[in-house]
Amino acid sequence: MNYQPAGSDFVVENAAQQTFFVNREVFVSEDVFEREKRAIFDRCWVYVGHASEIKNPGDFKTRPVAGRPIIFCRDGEGRVRALINCCRHRGALVCREREGNARQFYCMYHGWTYHPDGRLKSVPGADAYGVAFDKDEMGLVAVPRLEAYRDFYFANFDRDAIALERYLGGAREYIDLVIDQSPSGKMQIISGTQEYDIRANWKLLVENSVDDYHLITTHSTWLNYMRNSGVNVTPPKGELLPTRGFGRDLGNGHLTTDNPNYRGRPVARWISVYGEDAKADIDALRNELVQRLGSARAARVADTNRNLAIFPNLVINDGSSVTVRHFYPIAPDRMHVTAWALGPVEETEAQRARRLHAFLTFYGPGGFATPDDVAALEAAQLGFAAWREVRWSDLSRGMAKARDQQLATDEGHLRVFWRKWNELMEARA
Amino acid sequence: MNEMLASTVTRAEVEDLFYHEADLLDSWRLDEWLTLLTDDASYYVPPNDKPDADARFALFTIADDIVRLRERVIRLKDPNCHAEYPLSRTRRLIGNVRITGVDGDAILASANFIIHRYRHNDLQRVFVGQYRYKLKRQGGRLKIAERRAILDAEELGLLGSVSFIV
Repeated sequence: MNYQPAGSDFVVENAAQQTFFVNREVFVSEDVFEREKRAIFDRCWVYVGHASEIKNPGDFKTRPVAGRPIIFCRDGEGRVRALINCCRHRGALVCREREGNARQFYCMYHGWTYHPDGRLKSVPGADAYGVAFDKDEMGLVAVPRLEAYRDFYFANFDRDAIALERYLGGAREYIDLVIDQSPSGKMQIISGTQEYDIRANWKLLVENSVDDYHLITTHSTWLNYMRNSGVNVTPPKGELLPTRGFGRDLGNGHLTTDNPNYRGRPVARWISVYGEDAKADIDALRNELVQRLGSARAARVADTNRNLAIFPNLVINDGSSVTVRHFYPIAPDRMHVTAWALGPVEETEAQRARRLHAFLTFYGPGGFATPDDVAALEAAQLGFAAWREVRWSDLSRGMAKARDQQLATDEGHLRVFWRKWNELMEARA
Repeated sequence: MNEMLASTVTRAEVEDLFYHEADLLDSWRLDEWLTLLTDDASYYVPPNDKPDADARFALFTIADDIVRLRERVIRLKDPNCHAEYPLSRTRRLIGNVRITGVDGDAILASANFIIHRYRHNDLQRVFVGQYRYKLKRQGGRLKIAERRAILDAEELGLLGSVSFIV
């Protein structure tokens, strides 16, 4: 009778018992939620946006990043900026549009105006200020750190954070695999944003994004759709999934699944859902990959799908299509999700249409799978109302095996996230 | 506008079709609903931030051809469609019905909608927007060749998933 832990630690790992438990208090507590903001989101690299979203000087997108209103923009010299969207005078947003191209940001409250690089341009009635007033000092505040890896821009609110490339560690290889789809090494965010709230704790979506244990049950209607379309989705005897894949620890809290593909890939693995007339085109895409990357790397790119979670809150799923999605907690029991599709810049119209069609077979708020994930997460959050009586979430699958032998249907990769989360929360406590 | 084609349909006939469709969708009689569609029908919910986009170039919330739409109905009738089990209760009010033009052999019509959605254990959610239809006459019956449900919300936000047929 001692399978579950006693006490009230957040994360309890017991190597001898081969168990790993998470205290459900971490999904409901206001105190944990406030501490996470400081210990996690103000110290880790958090996703801001992709260079392709702001192609030209003056292009901008406004969006929240780690709870702050941010202008993600390209200045007059073509440099990418992440400016805090808050007037230095009295604090109003200086840009209230979702996106656009601006020669300047104009605060509608008192008319302070800023250049797209953040410098203060003009102040109505500037002569009313005293001798110390310094326009050069009063530009829009930039995020303390802004760095990019292969066009993915991240901010860090901790000035002393390690460099982004080092932070990403083993995750870089998996970002590279996604980008290798493009002959020029250039991917782009495709127009059209999916933004929705989930009434559940944000950490549940990290787990769910990489948890393959739930696929057969949560997504049985998607599997039916694939089966009805002529895709073989029947797991071999003794397996939980149609193919046997792994969960990987990429260091620094990053993790990924790494699965042999059965569900088709726009680059470059045909399934019947795409239609017979797409076959030749997919073959051509495949040949290009082999020519450019060699057959082994081409197979890695085309014949595996990988759900990559970059700590704390960015997920890049390279599966039925590529989705980039990040999420941020609004409350302990609510998160805001933003998701995009990513594709090679040189795709033809037909290839792009196929990619988008494939995306919607599975992903997104109207897809055949994501709404059921949302339902599962919300059902869990409702259950957590009884966290005092039913305290422990069990993430012990695979604990009996070595860390490099964890299947995607085990929970070894989920534990990677929780260990990092716990380390940062304890360091801060 | 092609006066000849446009004159073959009255607003009353279009309204009857829309009200009948609304009733079928609200009562989850989805197989019957499919009979209102042409064999090459499509169903779109554009992204909230690009309501006028084309599904070939932009990521939609829903962009179903008839094959996937029939699969969507199979899914919605399955108790393992967890997002809609137990089924949500919806009630849609349709107004401002207009015949707006023709496109080839299709008659274009639009209507405004308000859909109240209730679900056990869930918030009340209200979906507001405009329908844009392409209608075709087949065997004397007016059928739906394309339906586009454009949501007015700036983002889905608390509307959450679009798991029922809008």
